[in-house]
Amino acid sequence: MSGIASILIVARLTLREAFRRRLLWALVGLTVLIVLLTAWGFSRLAEASPVTGPLEMLAMSQVLVMLAFMFSFVLTMTAVFAASPAIGPEIENGLLLAVLARPIRRGEVLLGRWLGLAAILIGYAMVAGYLEIGAVAWATGYLPADPVLAPPYLATEALVLLTLAIVFSTRIASVAGGAVAVVAYGLAWMGGILGGVGSTLDSPVLRGAGVVARLILPSDVLWRGSMFALSPTDSVLQSAGVGADTFRISPFFAGSPPSPLWLAWCVVWTVGTLGVGIFLLRRREL
Amino acid sequence: MTAEVAGGTTRGATGEPADGFAVETHELRKEFGRIVALDGLTMTVPRGEVFGLLGPNGAGKTTAVKLLLGLSRPTAGNGRVMGAPLGDVAARRRIGYLPELFRYQGWMTAREVLALHCELARLPRSEWEPEIRDALELVGLVDRADSRTETFSKGMQQRLGLAVALLGRPDLVLLDEPTSALDPVGRQDVRGIIGSLRDRGTTVILNSHLLTEVERVCDRVAIVDHGRVVAELSVAELTRERGVSVRVTGLDDVGRKVAARYAPARVDGEWLFVDGIAEADVPRLVGELVARGGAVHAVIPTRHTLEERFMSLLAQDGAGGADRPGADRPGADRPGADRPGADRPGADGPRPPGTPGTPEARP
Repeated sequence: MSGIASILIVARLTLREAFRRRLLWALVGLTVLIVLLTAWGFSRLAEASPVTGPLEMLAMSQVLVMLAFMFSFVLTMTAVFAASPAIGPEIENGLLLAVLARPIRRGEVLLGRWLGLAAILIGYAMVAGYLEIGAVAWATGYLPADPVLAPPYLATEALVLLTLAIVFSTRIASVAGGAVAVVAYGLAWMGGILGGVGSTLDSPVLRGAGVVARLILPSDVLWRGSMFALSPTDSVLQSAGVGADTFRISPFFAGSPPSPLWLAWCVVWTVGTLGVGIFLLRRREL
Repeated sequence: MTAEVAGGTTRGATGEPADGFAVETHELRKEFGRIVALDGLTMTVPRGEVFGLLGPNGAGKTTAVKLLLGLSRPTAGNGRVMGAPLGDVAARRRIGYLPELFRYQGWMTAREVLALHCELARLPRSEWEPEIRDALELVGLVDRADSRTETFSKGMQQRLGLAVALLGRPDLVLLDEPTSALDPVGRQDVRGIIGSLRDRGTTVILNSHLLTEVERVCDRVAIVDHGRVVAELSVAELTRERGVSVRVTGLDDVGRKVAARYAPARVDGEWLFVDGIAEADVPRLVGELVARGGAVHAVIPTRHTLEERFMSLLAQDGAGGADRPGADRPGADRPGADRPGADRPGADGPRPPGTPGTPEARP
């Protein structure tokens, strides 16, 4: 019980810091601006060419996925840059020494930091995601296959990067840790695209590369989940005919949701990586 | 031995241990790669004592404190703090700590930092307000309680750190160089605070390289060098009188010859140092000096200072820090500079062991 209480103390501290340092307000302000701008843009687009036929719907889904990609990028970068200085630099500048001299375990500090940042990312992904999907639906009438699931997928993708960056922060200087996490994120994304191309071309090597990339960093599993959720419905794809076949090889299209096994791997990876982080932090000299 | 033993002790952190020691360590060793920071630290600190860990920079004092708190794991050896094994998380409820390298959340006010530590220390919420108020008053930060700590000077941050360490009336307070950023007034305040902790029965472990500071507030001192306790001494015993210094003019070498009949004597300018003279012989010596035509301007009892003892012990301990840069040596930053008598001959800087001491007018 006292362990959970300690985690919550640190999580609350992290949230308060984000409020006080205006990180949240900056995110909220930017999001509102982006949602307003895109709503205006989409409504102009819909006026010019109404989204009625299946091909227009395909095009609209691609624009929506691109928007989601931008949000996913913002979320993961926020995760990386908020988590990279979360532990190591606070040890080096003496901030954590006084805290860790209290009856609190190092693992509880790490989990508390993770939980606080996770709460910010989840909240931001939900609010921004639903607002954006709502704005597009209002402006164009287009609703993707699974509008409810897309923001949770985006949020969990950011949590994977948060986990990686916070574990790096236990040992690696924040700039280096952040840079490595960003590179890993890019590679995982590329690995996912290669895997997708491998599936289309039936190439075992490329498919294998995709699988390995996802095993190392499963962020792409969840990104493909959000792409699938934002895709057009099956009936739209069927009625689009040949257009849909071209569409299927786009790197911004996912034909199926992540399998339960891959989702389970995301959970195992996150828990295991946090465990590694706790181990590394416990072994670290303060 | 792990850094975090969760209450794995036969005597729980809240149960009174049978012995009276706040801290006991046995052959604590700490290596950082090939560097040996602590080389078999063995010490005991009874409850209620103000104990000084004194040593040059890099002697291993901070490492020792971190091991006591479980912030670092010993490579070998063991110890107990407040009856619990090193690293016991629950025992930290009763320990206050001011790190050498201190910084507090800059976006928080002093009051918020203190509230955070009340929460971390698991103090009942009803006690937070009086605890915070008392701590702020004690360190003189009441006026700045609601300022963000990023606006604080280093000295104010150190005062805040001291307030954090004293929250919840801990049984053991570990202060790592608590006056490093303070002006003379602040140092005086800290001495007063340590005195009141002593009155309250709190055990204090004070890390310092400032000899005068340790000399003034500690009951006992362990002199640490190269990661080992070179000596454990009581300050009172160390600084007992051991002779007189007489400022006398008009005698040339006659004065020394007269004094040499009582005890070994040495002349340095106008000062005549008589080492180990019996107290009863002092008036006779002065009378004789006057009878020989000497003008006696001052007669001052000489005491062993901690500094002399410190330097002689370091000298005995191998190189005595001779391999360290001069800036690290205790004499180099003139630790005696704020001491009365610092402007008198021989009062500042290290001297070879066995030479006559400093004319010391202790307040």
